[in-house]
Amino acid sequence: MKVPGRLVAEALKSLFRRRATILYPYRELDKVHLPEGFRGRIEFDRSKCIGCQLCFRVCPAKAIEIVDDEKGKRPIFYIYRCIYCAQCAEVCPTKAISMSKIFENIALRKEDMVVR
Amino acid sequence: MNFEVPIGPQHPIHVEPLMLRLKVEGELIVDADVDVSYIHRGIEKALELRPYIQGLYLVERICGICNAAQSLCYCLNVEQLLGKEAPPRARYLRIVVEELSRIHSHLLWLGHYLHTLGFETLFMYFWRDRERVMDMLELITGNRVTTAYNTIGGVRRDLPPGAEQKLRRTLDYIEERVRYYEKVIDSEPTILARTQRVGILKPGDAVRMGVTGPHLRASGIKHDVRLDDPYSGHDEIPFNVITWDTCDCYARVKVRLRETSECVNMIRYALDHMPSGDYRLKIPPFFKAPPGESLSRVEAPRGELVHYSISDGGDRPYRYRVRTPTLANLLSVVEMLRSRGDYEVYIADVPAILGGIDPCICCSARILITDEAKKRRMITTLDDIIRFSRGRRVERR
Repeated sequence: MKVPGRLVAEALKSLFRRRATILYPYRELDKVHLPEGFRGRIEFDRSKCIGCQLCFRVCPAKAIEIVDDEKGKRPIFYIYRCIYCAQCAEVCPTKAISMSKIFENIALRKEDMVVR
Repeated sequence: MNFEVPIGPQHPIHVEPLMLRLKVEGELIVDADVDVSYIHRGIEKALELRPYIQGLYLVERICGICNAAQSLCYCLNVEQLLGKEAPPRARYLRIVVEELSRIHSHLLWLGHYLHTLGFETLFMYFWRDRERVMDMLELITGNRVTTAYNTIGGVRRDLPPGAEQKLRRTLDYIEERVRYYEKVIDSEPTILARTQRVGILKPGDAVRMGVTGPHLRASGIKHDVRLDDPYSGHDEIPFNVITWDTCDCYARVKVRLRETSECVNMIRYALDHMPSGDYRLKIPPFFKAPPGESLSRVEAPRGELVHYSISDGGDRPYRYRVRTPTLANLLSVVEMLRSRGDYEVYIADVPAILGGIDPCICCSARILITDEAKKRRMITTLDDIIRFSRGRRVERR
């Protein structure tokens, strides 16, 4: 049956309902709920690393580079290349790599987008 | 007098680069030609150059919306090469995420389709409800869009504690909303006028052109890979294959709406009968697949997705081939756009017809089209590519 304007009731209901969107960048930041296990910016615990280079070998985006330092071979993470698949965190034998809940990965300087 | 109206490769009715050349007589479309080869991305070649574990994340990026189906198809393919099968719990968890992403894809399509028809209000409501599904995907997999959930030999994480209740609440909400939207769509004269008896594809033509997925089911043919070739425990989960026999754009809307409620029931059944045990096999990140070839089929939200691979015994595929559903469905657009007899297609129907197949061009751009009418074949040789890269115009031969 053709009834024009069936949506009017829904539209009126929506007038008195809570807003579906979040005023995100400036206000209501407390309403941004991220679940446990969210894959955000990589966090790296340098003291746990044993230099096995598995993370470097699995990374599909080539966001990890291996450099020599005083302790041996250690990875550097370029966040601007990261695709947040968390495969490096999964293969890490000592759990030195973890995914944080930081999702705002914007920086003015390139060095801020590198995790050492 | 005949004119040729180009639509695309950049056009407001469709955001992806697709070229439609319409031959018109006045407002009436008499012939059409379609070209998708604008964004060839070289993914198949790239897959040959990286180990299986890295290819998994590349495959997900063939299509952002059906990434769960793409990675599932890849995993099934590699598991078949290795001669292994995912544990029962992993199969059920795969179904939960696959069907959730199907709900998300169908709601996205319904919203977008109404947007192309000019019905903005319902578009907003659909996308608002879709957001609830995205939250569930984020809760289960860790990300809203690119889920990275399937892995070779199972899934990457178990259902988090408390997720089941939240998921059930969301499913109740989605089911109620979809029922309401079906009522709205059935009674709204503007939607009916733009979709009924528009873009008719007869069942015989649909089969002849190899159309797949909801588009084929909207032509009244009962075909679903989940039913015909169950791949991930689908034989254990009962579901109805939704068909509609009016063969027009309205049927495509109806099929996708009904399928959304069917997905809800499938997820509920999977949650009720979730087996316990391991959710993944222990497979090392780097392995060599035994020589051989394998083919896997998955019912992606847009239709049948086929992955084919050849292994030469190395740690990466020797050849990998992807056939996405849009490539199968695209040819039918030409058939639907052609006026014949008392079936008339006008330029204003183009968005409704093109949108009706749920096109995803960036998945499908991996062929070169031969244009028989103009006796022009677009075969690009290596010399052409070199010349092209130096900034000179390539001659078409």
